Amino acid sequence: MSNVVSALAGVSHAGFAKIEETGLNGMITVRGDLGSSEMAAAVKAATGASVPAIRKIAAGDKGRVAWMSPDELLVIVAYDDVADTMAALNDGLSGVHALVANVSDARAVFRISGDNTREVLAKVSPVDLSSEAFGAGDFRRSRIAQVAAAFWMNDDNSFEVVCFRSVAQYVFDVLRVSSDKGGEVGFFS
Amino acid sequence: MSTRLASGGRLLNKGKQVHFSFNGKQLTGFEGDTLASALLANDQMMIGRSFKYHRPRGIVASGAEEPNALFNMGEGGKFEPNQRATTTELFNGLSCASQNHWPSLEFDIGAINNHMTRFFPAGFYYKTFMFPAFAWKHVFEPIVRQSAGLGKAPKDRDVDTYEHFYAYVDVVIIGGGVAGLQAAKAAGASGAKVILMEQTPHWGGRAPVDGGDVDGMPVEDYITTLINDLKQMPNVTMRNRMMGAGVYDHGYVLGYERVTDHTPLENGPRHRLWRIRTKQIVTATGAIERPLSFAGNDIPGVMLASAVRDYVVDYGVSIGDRTVVVTNNDDAYRTAIALKKAGLEVPVVLDARASGGGALAEEAKALGIRVENGKGIAKVKGGKRVTGVAICAQAGEGSVLEEIKCDAVAMSGGWSPVVHLWSHCGGKLIWDDAQAHFRPDATRPPKGADGEGFVIPAGIANGPLDLPAVLADAHAAGLAAVKAIGMTSDVTAPVAEEKPEAAMEPVWLMPQGAGPKLRIKTWLDYQNDVKVSDVRLAAQEGYESVEHTKRYTTLGMATDQGKLSNINGLATLAGQLNAPIPAVGTTTFRPPYTPISFGAIAGEARDEVFQPLRRTPISGWHADNNAFDEPVGQWRRPYCYPQNGESHADAVKREINQTRTSVGLLDASTLGKIIVKGPDAGKFMDMMYTNMMSTLKPGKCRYGLMCNENGFLMDDGVVARIDEDTFLCHTTTGGAERIHGWMEDWLQCEWWDWKVYTANVTEQYAQIAVVGPNARKVIEKLGGDMDVSKEALAFMEWKDGKIGDFDARAYRISFSGELSYEIAVPASQGRAFWDALLEAGAEFGIMPYGTEGLHVMRAEKGFIMIGDETDGTVIPQDLNLNWAISKKKEDFLGKRAQLRDHMASADRWKLVGLETLDGSVIPDGSYIPADGNNANGQRNVQGRVTSTYYSPTLDRGIAMALVHNGLDRMGDVIECNTVSGTMIKAKIVDPVFYDKEGEKQNV
Repeated sequence: MSNVVSALAGVSHAGFAKIEETGLNGMITVRGDLGSSEMAAAVKAATGASVPAIRKIAAGDKGRVAWMSPDELLVIVAYDDVADTMAALNDGLSGVHALVANVSDARAVFRISGDNTREVLAKVSPVDLSSEAFGAGDFRRSRIAQVAAAFWMNDDNSFEVVCFRSVAQYVFDVLRVSSDKGGEVGFFS
Repeated sequence: MSTRLASGGRLLNKGKQVHFSFNGKQLTGFEGDTLASALLANDQMMIGRSFKYHRPRGIVASGAEEPNALFNMGEGGKFEPNQRATTTELFNGLSCASQNHWPSLEFDIGAINNHMTRFFPAGFYYKTFMFPAFAWKHVFEPIVRQSAGLGKAPKDRDVDTYEHFYAYVDVVIIGGGVAGLQAAKAAGASGAKVILMEQTPHWGGRAPVDGGDVDGMPVEDYITTLINDLKQMPNVTMRNRMMGAGVYDHGYVLGYERVTDHTPLENGPRHRLWRIRTKQIVTATGAIERPLSFAGNDIPGVMLASAVRDYVVDYGVSIGDRTVVVTNNDDAYRTAIALKKAGLEVPVVLDARASGGGALAEEAKALGIRVENGKGIAKVKGGKRVTGVAICAQAGEGSVLEEIKCDAVAMSGGWSPVVHLWSHCGGKLIWDDAQAHFRPDATRPPKGADGEGFVIPAGIANGPLDLPAVLADAHAAGLAAVKAIGMTSDVTAPVAEEKPEAAMEPVWLMPQGAGPKLRIKTWLDYQNDVKVSDVRLAAQEGYESVEHTKRYTTLGMATDQGKLSNINGLATLAGQLNAPIPAVGTTTFRPPYTPISFGAIAGEARDEVFQPLRRTPISGWHADNNAFDEPVGQWRRPYCYPQNGESHADAVKREINQTRTSVGLLDASTLGKIIVKGPDAGKFMDMMYTNMMSTLKPGKCRYGLMCNENGFLMDDGVVARIDEDTFLCHTTTGGAERIHGWMEDWLQCEWWDWKVYTANVTEQYAQIAVVGPNARKVIEKLGGDMDVSKEALAFMEWKDGKIGDFDARAYRISFSGELSYEIAVPASQGRAFWDALLEAGAEFGIMPYGTEGLHVMRAEKGFIMIGDETDGTVIPQDLNLNWAISKKKEDFLGKRAQLRDHMASADRWKLVGLETLDGSVIPDGSYIPADGNNANGQRNVQGRVTSTYYSPTLDRGIAMALVHNGLDRMGDVIECNTVSGTMIKAKIVDPVFYDKEGEKQNV
């Protein structure tokens, strides 16, 4: 539907790293017993991935699954696949106590790519972003400056940052300021 | 006079001249100069006036401890006061001005205070408060305000940027002198992740100036090898221009990096505040030389001996042609030797020790320098600069034995380890009698969560003053730091050549028997103009605690926090109290080590990222259509949408009239939406809400109230039952996160075995209220598969379906009293849906209304607003909401509290409506006074206005109020106060002013 727009319509900025809004993602909050066989099966069926370990994000052929808390996952799929994924999750979790909620529209997602991507985040998030502590497949639910956010790292050293849609402009501006040229720190190199 | 020497200046690039200005004068220096060295190279001996007496002051030190050389730096958006010349690197175009003088540095009217010192004794400020009573306000305060104070406040916005940086390491080493470098090498060899930070631009500290041999090479070369070794270690990060500002609990360290202070035209932040978590901290923070206390020790040209040496060796600057050295230790002989070797005159070294110095003294004598043992300075001669000294016996009272002409005095009273960072988090000190200084007590370090110490002092900061011991101690500190985190290092310690020195002798007053006339001109604290006589007076007046004396005399306050004056001051106090120095103790060392910029503390949080603003999917439309916003939490919601220059009041009136007569739109996206799901969801909802929620049927809505455990109303909203296991709770805009947290608190901490999950889906939806008699027609025009007729979707029902192309959930709920649909669509479709509604409603004159219209319409209907009718002390019963409090339920949050005597009493303030007799609008916050006064002589009060508006619908002022026994007083006329003092008469009426039967919303 042409009426469907992400929070910032794909805005981007080129500092020493590149910041861009990725557009709409399918995102589903799943709460339940992460150790149960039903959860494992439902997540597998919906995404092809296993339930991730603590502070990790797992990838499958249909989507990714991130660890949010001891009883919460974030399932990430293509925006148009949300209904099918929700159905698969609800199907797999039928009969057990769980909550599956579509939060795709409640979110904004940014990609940080290029050089010194770790530094962009290390200026605004109290997370150990050294390569020893944070690599591809790692996931943190933390904050970006003054607002809640979560992020993970991809294989190519790029990061994706998830925040609430209402603060998308704030988070973009913070990441933009943090990647301003001349602000390279040189700590992680 | 001070001048640039033809040779020397190891830190200078003499091939590159740098231009700068001081008080409008154009001056030049070299790349590598500090502002201080460049000023001295230009014979700028006097650089400011003192704080209290406006005495001429010169540069005393060469580093962070400098108390005098503070400047108003930069212009416009780069202006900043109190910038220290000794730690400011010179750059082209630097512009600075001296502080605290009027009308000029050379001729200062305030210097008359200097001749009135007996009227400005210790505790002067406090005394002026006391007597005579009128004097502070009318005499002293105007004088003090005119004459005191340091730099000016900036007038313009700071044009620079700042940032934070989070780092996680194993070991932080603070101080990049030879000790810090050695500790870093020892620690780094283990593979531990190390940050080594140094506040200056240079590595190696003052060791290259002081000399010595390490592993058979000059220490300067040894430092070069250390730096090279460290650069080879990928696990070691070296940052210069970065000060260890503070040490905090749990291994938290603040590093203050001055990124572009020295290159202000470069891109990048000016300052970066490093917020570091580390397992171990090594404080290799060096030591600070103490001044000696003799009369006239503040005259420009009197300088620390080490600083005199630094300026000669590091910057090729001499303070004078003839420098008298005065000391109580061997180290100052290094200055005499350095001066002599630079071709300058040292007429005499005055060694206060009767027995004199050791090998260094012999070396000085061998160079032909006259050395006088057991002698001191009776007083320094000169005004704006030193012209000579009067020599006396240290043991006497100051009888002048001889006068010697000179233009500089180099003084050394011994060295005090920089224990600040060790002490920030509770590291304890011991008094070292041999060196007459406090040093860290290694047995009582600051302790972490495991009960073990996490700070290790290293090198001279730990007490040892000679190079071999400093290196050995620093090496051991590096090894100890990695051992503490379970790692090992096998680097061997370097060997430095021993150069024995004679013992120092504490000298707290020179001469030791100096009388009052000398003491009143003998400075302890240059920055605050505190003299020996002031501390003695404080002691006489009963100030025994060093902390009290500090406040009373201002010793050790302001920007330098007594880096030079603390030990001399407390030794003076101890002497006067006849107490040993350790019994008097030190004042508390608090972060930051030297002042850091507010910009660094704020980090990136300025301008557009000062604070997060929350925006709905429709905020862009509001901004494009002249919405006047009001803050609601971090949201900005349109208050009204003025058109064609109309006033806000007129806009609100227009919006309400349109809505009541035809149709209006409200962006209600900010309302909280929380899903509650699980087999125990009904039970949970019955506890959260005062109403019975478990009986609500799927497809239906119910208005509910939430109270805290104390029974007070804290939130309200409409609950929709989605299915047997699932509820959707609407909260107030400001309550969404709070109520979600409240629910999770109960579920996680109290009812952890209940099978309930919650999810805050507030932002998943754009929610738009379509309100007014024509609301249904507008929605029906959009088409889709949803039947929104009264029969298919009755009042207080909800339904999913398509409205037009949009995925909609429509709630038949009304906060205005009109026919109303609140329609939620996915946030990504929100703006398009809003646009579609505007287009469909055009024929009905559809227009949005803002929060003020919302408020007025709900008040016309007598609906309460959380935050207006409630303030944390109001229970639902006060608001006549008993109908929403279940009597059948065994329990709900707040039930027990509401049964308490006072809560259950009939004698309470109750919600009523007010109609002003003259139709006017009662001001916000108005009280309703009663006759008589209370026990405190205050007017009795019988109620207060909670909401008050002009009602366009009724064309009169209406209000809601909590009034004592209000429900029993219908028709009574009460009086509401105003700021102007007049009273407004109002009649107590039913709070529902509009459509009491609710016919309009139920069509």
